Amino acid sequence: MSEYIIKNGNVFDPVQGIRGDKADVAIKDGKIVDKVGSGAKVIDAKGKTVMAGAVEIHAHIAGPKINMGRIYRPEDKLFTCTPTKGIERMGGGASIPTTFKTGYEYAKMGYTTAMEAAMPPLFSRHVHEEIRDTPIIDEGAYPVFGNNWFVLEYLKNQEIENTAAYCAWLLRVTKGYAIKLVNPGGTEAWAWGLNCLSVNDPVPYFDITPAEIIKGLIEANEYLGLPHSMHIHPNNLGNPGCYETTLDTLRLAEGYKAKNKFGREQVMHLTHSQFHSYGGTNWGDFESKAKEITDYVNKNKNITIDTGNVTLDETTTMTADGPFEHHLTGLNHLKWANIDVEVETGSGVVPYIYSPSISVCAIQWAIGLEIALMMKDPMRCYITTDHPNAGPFTRYPRVIKWLMSAKAREAQINAFKHKDKVLSQTSIGTLDREISLYELAQMTRAGPAKSLGLSGMCGGLKPGMDADIAVYNFNPDKPVANPEDIEKAFTRCAHVFKCGVEVITNGELISNGNKRTLWVNAKVKDNPQVMRDINEKFLKYYSMTQANYEALGHHFVPNPYALEVDATQV
Amino acid sequence: METVTITMKNPPALYLEADNVSPDAFAGKTAAQIGDLHVYEGNVTSTLGKYFEISGNAGATAADTKIVVKGDVKKVKYLGFKMSAGELVVEGSTDQYAGGWMTGGKMLVKGNVEAFAGTAMKGGELTIEGNAGNYLGAAYRGDWRGMTGGKILVKGNAGSDIGMYMLGGEMIINGNVDVHVCTHAEGGKVIIKGNAKTKIGGQMVDGTIFVFGTIDVMMPGFKPAGEVDMEVDGIKGKFAHYIGDTGERHKKKKGQIIYGNLYKKI
Ligand SMILES: [Zn+2]
Repeated sequence: MSEYIIKNGNVFDPVQGIRGDKADVAIKDGKIVDKVGSGAKVIDAKGKTVMAGAVEIHAHIAGPKINMGRIYRPEDKLFTCTPTKGIERMGGGASIPTTFKTGYEYAKMGYTTAMEAAMPPLFSRHVHEEIRDTPIIDEGAYPVFGNNWFVLEYLKNQEIENTAAYCAWLLRVTKGYAIKLVNPGGTEAWAWGLNCLSVNDPVPYFDITPAEIIKGLIEANEYLGLPHSMHIHPNNLGNPGCYETTLDTLRLAEGYKAKNKFGREQVMHLTHSQFHSYGGTNWGDFESKAKEITDYVNKNKNITIDTGNVTLDETTTMTADGPFEHHLTGLNHLKWANIDVEVETGSGVVPYIYSPSISVCAIQWAIGLEIALMMKDPMRCYITTDHPNAGPFTRYPRVIKWLMSAKAREAQINAFKHKDKVLSQTSIGTLDREISLYELAQMTRAGPAKSLGLSGMCGGLKPGMDADIAVYNFNPDKPVANPEDIEKAFTRCAHVFKCGVEVITNGELISNGNKRTLWVNAKVKDNPQVMRDINEKFLKYYSMTQANYEALGHHFVPNPYALEVDATQV
Repeated sequence: METVTITMKNPPALYLEADNVSPDAFAGKTAAQIGDLHVYEGNVTSTLGKYFEISGNAGATAADTKIVVKGDVKKVKYLGFKMSAGELVVEGSTDQYAGGWMTGGKMLVKGNVEAFAGTAMKGGELTIEGNAGNYLGAAYRGDWRGMTGGKILVKGNAGSDIGMYMLGGEMIINGNVDVHVCTHAEGGKVIIKGNAKTKIGGQMVDGTIFVFGTIDVMMPGFKPAGEVDMEVDGIKGKFAHYIGDTGERHKKKKGQIIYGNLYKKI
């Protein structure tokens, strides 16, 4: 494999504590190395910013509900198609781009790893087919567990070992990466026309509470010692006053300590915190509780979060939180799709326009930014848009602009129709913090990689790590004349390397790389009871056989990369 | 005003997507430059000049530019796409999306148009001397934002699903229309001088439909609201008034529920 040396760039690498020093980064055989031979190809990065490839911790980019969005929103592709160009295939879509466009757009912005945040186990084959067709970036997928009948039954009887054995089995057969919860208990309740809006609302029939599901899955996660922690979209998303449910959820992590060999320190990852930080009793007195949420997370080091920034775009909301989507279509009267996934989960899809002239949308915009600016440790707070729920991931450069420039935030605040309401219901106007490039590298590289248990592999530029590298046309030695320059620089990279292969040059695709599917192979003690239960449920409830369930082989996972976990000695 | 005439000389084998034939795209360009504008034939990107003979230069702005399209353009889509000013005259018949997304200016088609003419139109005037196809002034596939402004006049008949998701503007059909008129509409006005068939105003939230001729089957969701004497497009008459679709959600204004209105000439 070729050798490269990226010379004289301004390097930002929290893994090694490098804060913009002029340094060279050498690549050999797909890895970052100390030095290379004189024949190495030289990339001149003088006056440019060099970081590790960025890591996406939470986005909805592959699987049946994304495809549901694509199918029922042909208008999302209107005026957003790009024709075939060189090795780049045609693409289309703004909030729900085609798989190919998804890979290209991430790579062009310097992202080299991304996690699909909600995989319905029953449709893991579909998820993996889409992952396979998303070029360049390494991807993993989180199967959803929080409304799964096996989990509800085992946890009702506090059977942590059986829950863990079932989780390990499901991760293996679906080639999943982590334990994801979406509105725990609430989506199952939705199948009965109900919901769970607090952590103590009982789930119908199963007679278990969200709190018991959450604690049980934290315990199962640490029993197995998985690379990532339990990853949660809590109950009561998106409602005024929901921050209290969020605080109740966060408190459930108290007393738990991470047990794993991957360097992960948290036991709970709270996703798209913006949607969970709302105060008020209705949409009229709706207000930010970003301070209350970040105060709690700042104090409790066993939690990591991502932001879920609203980007003020027309987008497509989609979540395994089925009842929430029904609630949303009642608010905006736009088309609604609802999907039930037998035995396991469900989902809904509704288009949404975050309009700058609607005060609620403007307040949501402010809350997402407040969270990022109020979090003291950027290693525990990651930038997301919960793509496509709060906005498309292609808007990351714009979010970065707002975080790095108080002037850019002020300009947006002044452009809001209800500026006064934004200032009175949030404290965005009082925050003058500007995220530095080093902090940005923490929030988009080193931090998410550590939270995912991938810190030995990606998110940094230490010799021995995968050569995932992004070079931006951004000179940190020069003052930023115009905040728009930040957005422009982070939209298209000068160079991107994925595992040592140059995939992007001057913002254009030059290679499709060698994308991998990341999954977790957790070994547990033989558990005949769980195997018998699985057999029985397939015979009794599933409409398919076990033989057709597993995502395996070259067709579904052509280039797997398994993280091995051994829990047989627990 | 300057006039550019484009004449079909080399008809495409497939349908041609000519989204650059508008006063806006032509403005400020010479005949040669206009010939270099892109068109798509299937998955091949080509130039306007490959298919059309182009004579005359455009005006400095769209408002100063008139385009005349001659020859057989029955297999050409998107004529007048997104035009904001100026004039466009098509001497024959043309394919889908004629005047789609137009915001201003005047477009005249002397023959017929296929489906989706005036899709999501915001302003200007679109006149069709022949017949219009389905989805006239409707929303793009999947979208909920149909025609919001401007005026469409069809001197012949129109197809089905006209005014779907219409939000504003006006449409006059001198002839007859096929099934489904103003489905999901939330505004706008449609005047049908001829006959209508079935599903008139289905799931209509707001907006107004006038039918001068017959309606084959009324929607069960519309209920009678008396008779009124009115003058519609210069024609005086007595109309039976219906409100609906009562099966659909409706907004309230000053405590009053706002319904869609259907007037049928008696
Ligand atoms: Zn999500």
